[in-house]
Amino acid sequence: MTTMTMGGTEVKLNAEGFFEDPSQWTRDMATEMAAADGLTLSDKHWQVIDFMRREFLEKGTGPTVRVLGKASGVSIKELYQLFPTGPAKTAARLAGIPKPKGCI
Amino acid sequence: MNMQDRSPEKVTPEKITKVSIIISKGSLEGIYPGLIMANGARAEGMDANLFFTFFGLDAIHRNRIDHIKVATVGNPAMHIPTLMGALPGMSALATHMMNKKMENLDIPPIHEFIEMIADTGAGLYACKASVDMFGLTSEDFVPQVKDIITVGDFYDLAAGGQIIFT
Repeated sequence: MTTMTMGGTEVKLNAEGFFEDPSQWTRDMATEMAAADGLTLSDKHWQVIDFMRREFLEKGTGPTVRVLGKASGVSIKELYQLFPTGPAKTAARLAGIPKPKGCI
Repeated sequence: MNMQDRSPEKVTPEKITKVSIIISKGSLEGIYPGLIMANGARAEGMDANLFFTFFGLDAIHRNRIDHIKVATVGNPAMHIPTLMGALPGMSALATHMMNKKMENLDIPPIHEFIEMIADTGAGLYACKASVDMFGLTSEDFVPQVKDIITVGDFYDLAAGGQIIFT
């Protein structure tokens, strides 16, 4: 576990950079983390990030890419254009939720 | 760097950034592992190519993609006697059961999975030698297949990454 200061708050992150405590997350932190990855968040990015967070808060786990493609309103092709380093993984990290488990 | 830093547990191995996966079998259990690995590679942000050869071509064949079956004969891990596995309908039953289990685990049917993997940006290719041997043409394949390529082309595509044979 490491800690990082974002927007004046000390945030706990795991070894892969995912939030240890999703309640610490703010939208500004997502923007800041994305910028560090070289990503400028568009409305489409936010659509995915917001969907990830909603799913996590409802179900306790983030959605897979398959679910994202079916239910987030953004197609799989587009998801990979928005998040070239892996949509579910990257969007979960930016949404301040744990890395989605599962192989699909 | 001192001696201690070079001990195996201190060295972080370099991450895999690219995989090229060969699918050579046409049974359900022969096709899925390669598809799951290719999709998983893309989900982790790696480059991925899929190369279908021999009976693995069934996984991208227009008329066969929706009829992939589990092999119930000659498969000791099925835990049913070989002669029972040969009974009519046995393979269909085992396939039906396995498909249901996979759907519950959010693993898509092969046809959807192939479309999904193509959408992730992975490259899907058919092996020219096998295509010629079975007397097929590009018309026989689903539209997600980018090209029919030779083994030499495959090695060119695979350059700089890991090759996985299934």
